[in-house]
Amino acid sequence: MAYREQLKDNFLETRLIQRRIVLSAVIVLILMSIILVRLYVLQVVEHDHFSTLSNSNRVRLKALPPTRGLIYDRNGVVLADNLPAYRLEIIREQVADLDDTLKRLSEYVEISDYAIKKFRQSSERRRPFEGIPLLLNLSDEELAKLAVNLHKFEGVEINARLTRNYPLGKHAVHALGYVGHIDVRDLSQLDDANYAGTSYIGKLGLEKYYESDLHGEVGFQRVEVNASGRTLRVLDEHPPVSGNNLHLTIDSSLQRLAEELFSDENGSVVAIDPRNGEILALVSMPSFDPNLFVDGISYKDYNELRDSSSRPLFNRALTGQYPPGSTTKPFFGLAGLENSVIGHKNTVFCGGYYLLPNEERKYRDWKKTGHGKMDLDDAITQSCDVYFYSLSYSLGIDRMAEFMQHFGFGERTGIDSTSEQPGLLPSREWKRRTKGMPWFPGETLITGIGQGALLTTPLQLANATGALAMKGRRFKPHLVSSINLQPSHKIVSVEPEIVGDYQLKKEINWQHIVRGMENVVHNVRGTAHRIEQGLSYRIAGKTGTAQVFSIAQDEEYDEETVRKKLRDHALFMAFAPADDPRIALAVIVENGGHGSSVAAPIARRLMDAYLLKTPKVDKIVDEKAL
Amino acid sequence: MSRLIESDQSSISRRILDAFRLDPVMVMLLLILTAFGLLTLYSASGGNMDLMLRQLTRLALASFFLILLANISIRLLKKMSIGFYLGGVVLLLGVIYFGEVGKGAQRWLDLGIIRFQPSEFMKLAMPMMLAAYLSDKVLPVGWKDLLISAGLIMLPVLLIAKQPDLGTALLVGSAGFFVLFLAGVRWKILMVLGLLVSLMTPLLWKFALHDYQRGRILTMLNPENDPLGSGYHIIQSKIAIGSGGMYGKGWLNGTQSQLDFIPERSTDFIFSVFGEEFGLFGALLLVLLYLLIIYRGLYIAACSEETYGRLLAGALSLTFFVYLFVNTGMVTGLLPVVGVPLPLVSYGGTSMVTLMVGFGMIMAIRSAKRFLR
Repeated sequence: MAYREQLKDNFLETRLIQRRIVLSAVIVLILMSIILVRLYVLQVVEHDHFSTLSNSNRVRLKALPPTRGLIYDRNGVVLADNLPAYRLEIIREQVADLDDTLKRLSEYVEISDYAIKKFRQSSERRRPFEGIPLLLNLSDEELAKLAVNLHKFEGVEINARLTRNYPLGKHAVHALGYVGHIDVRDLSQLDDANYAGTSYIGKLGLEKYYESDLHGEVGFQRVEVNASGRTLRVLDEHPPVSGNNLHLTIDSSLQRLAEELFSDENGSVVAIDPRNGEILALVSMPSFDPNLFVDGISYKDYNELRDSSSRPLFNRALTGQYPPGSTTKPFFGLAGLENSVIGHKNTVFCGGYYLLPNEERKYRDWKKTGHGKMDLDDAITQSCDVYFYSLSYSLGIDRMAEFMQHFGFGERTGIDSTSEQPGLLPSREWKRRTKGMPWFPGETLITGIGQGALLTTPLQLANATGALAMKGRRFKPHLVSSINLQPSHKIVSVEPEIVGDYQLKKEINWQHIVRGMENVVHNVRGTAHRIEQGLSYRIAGKTGTAQVFSIAQDEEYDEETVRKKLRDHALFMAFAPADDPRIALAVIVENGGHGSSVAAPIARRLMDAYLLKTPKVDKIVDEKAL
Repeated sequence: MSRLIESDQSSISRRILDAFRLDPVMVMLLLILTAFGLLTLYSASGGNMDLMLRQLTRLALASFFLILLANISIRLLKKMSIGFYLGGVVLLLGVIYFGEVGKGAQRWLDLGIIRFQPSEFMKLAMPMMLAAYLSDKVLPVGWKDLLISAGLIMLPVLLIAKQPDLGTALLVGSAGFFVLFLAGVRWKILMVLGLLVSLMTPLLWKFALHDYQRGRILTMLNPENDPLGSGYHIIQSKIAIGSGGMYGKGWLNGTQSQLDFIPERSTDFIFSVFGEEFGLFGALLLVLLYLLIIYRGLYIAACSEETYGRLLAGALSLTFFVYLFVNTGMVTGLLPVVGVPLPLVSYGGTSMVTLMVGFGMIMAIRSAKRFLR
């Protein structure tokens, strides 16, 4: 091997390889010339032939978007429908001087700088032969002006298209949600074929939850297009199938009344039919107009909504988590009876505060002077804190947390909408897990009056009230009562779903609790007695006050001096009629002070409207609107 | 004064290129080509930024490999050649026994973290191996070395053809053949080989080719026979290029490409998009750019002072040409449709990395000369 290595003639080899490299270079040139000749033949000699072919007609599939399903309330009032909207479109390719066209167009209609900016943005992404929308919702007047003068504009078209419309505007938006244009995030999750041609998708609430029902099935048209993509004629058609219509459990007149009753206050009401979990009203105040979102909300409007201190975009009914305050007392009272920690006749003396053994801290009653001798009935009626401090101390947090689960505290109700929050049911285990700290006996007391870490959503509280009204039977709350399938028009009812059916050891205990709750309204000492006047049926309720900030020991709480934002939240939960419950509700008025003064009257008006159907709800609202 | 600053600046960029042992001419040509490529890909993909981003990522990865390879000494490269070749053959066997099927052919090897196409790897290992083997022999190549080389070429080529991946088999085979050719196989032998191949063609036609491969060749000869089936690619591609004319329809304005008439328009058929949108002048410019790159590679090969470097750089440059020739021939309807991308322009990861590694090697060969002196 080594011998042969020496025989290698480097000079000769270099010459040899270099010759071959030059030769390869020549071959490369020759072969490439063939390609170039070929390109010349295709692009110059036969150019006309191929140009004709390229311009000749082509068959393409064109998507026909389905009509989105309609939404009705329980009485057949339309809550969401589709309206034809006329939009002005410009085909970039056919417009010689865009600036000039825009200038001339603005003689007939007003074109904002924002619209022009959006138009320019989207024209960069679209093909030049596609119509790009300039103005989205032309008014009748604009439409008329433009239609008459359209012949003066090359490449400007008016096209009709269905847009989502919410006739009630800001009413019921938190129950319905809204649709918006499909964005990049939606695109990654949806079935491209079925959404070809669709411009809207449910963004929030029902509209999102029932997207697959509401959307429908896309249709197709086989069309002949020329190479620039313009449709020449339709060959055949496979029509789209509209989305399914939804019939809701919501009573829109009740919903509107509730919103009116709040006037300027912030808060939430959820009213449920406890016999089946149907949601009658789902209110979060303040509210906003979902129509703004349909075709893309302007930055200005959005910023205004987002930055408003009263947070209209925030769905308090499903997402707001509040301490339930004294509204938990009936539940803990029942827990005490069931665990035989108390008897309903046993009494506790309330001297205005409660002391834990070996502790100096005073756990104060809301009534400084104390309530005196209290049995369970008195304690619920007058909302005595000391009674429940003592009861919680005997029960202990473990039994309290375990019992509250039967009423759905601390877990999502499973409502058919989006962004529901679970609330929080604190326990020993929870505190160790999240804070890494042991549970202190004082926290048990605070939990016993619905403060501390305990949090509920208005929906959860209303549903728990419903379970109380139904003696332990709890339904999954739902907004949709039936779905009208398209195209068969077959109606599928949503069956009530029982999610809990708690049996007491002693059936009689229900009566002790309900009696206490009735006395809240009907006894002269009851905390919500002021709403009793003129009642023709019996309400079982409970007021509550949720502390927004805590008061230091020995400090006075003076409602007058505390700024509105820091004032307590007012709560009221109730069901009626007490002996045959048909409605259960929870009212929360943010910074409303006491539950008795602000929240309870709202509940009374709603119950009257629903149970007596008088006064005529629509009339009242209309008068107010006038 | 300004001249002074200018020369100062150029010397800075020069120094940076030198520090990474990069060839400034080649770097510039490759930059222009990839820029052209990205522009065309943007149009071909319909402005798909996701896809662009992925292509840019690959480009960055490929460039990293280029710089890495440019800094390896060719002595080391030569020493690794046998190992690479044997490793490649083992992986190819692995594909046949454990490979994953993608698009009807077995080409991928799943190594847990990455999926890997060993046949791609072989495009580099083949010329390395043959260059390493022949550079130690007396040239021009004698009969014995020729037979051994032929064996070395045929083994992986057959394994790849069996996957079946005709395009890559062709590229790997020609990479090996180019080393032999540059090493000076006598014309007599070449002629005998040519005769043998043409005699064997009918046999290959009958026994070695798959039905779909036979179909592609028939289609190439007469695409109008089956205009909506296998002829569709070629017909649409020819319409696209032909309708582009002298000056093209303009960037983003190719109706054939933008209206989805060209299948595979961001990968193998991207040249049709280019031809439609930039016309004959654009195509001439692109071809010129490719030729400059190939000639720069051949020039580096000719100037190299080591036989290994010469053979490897030459073979790699000529393989690059085969990519170009087969791809442009295929989209213009001169050659059958085999899956060969337009180098550095087509969307796709593995070929991009392989090609850039190849250019890294060429640059390593160039700096070996500079730095040995």
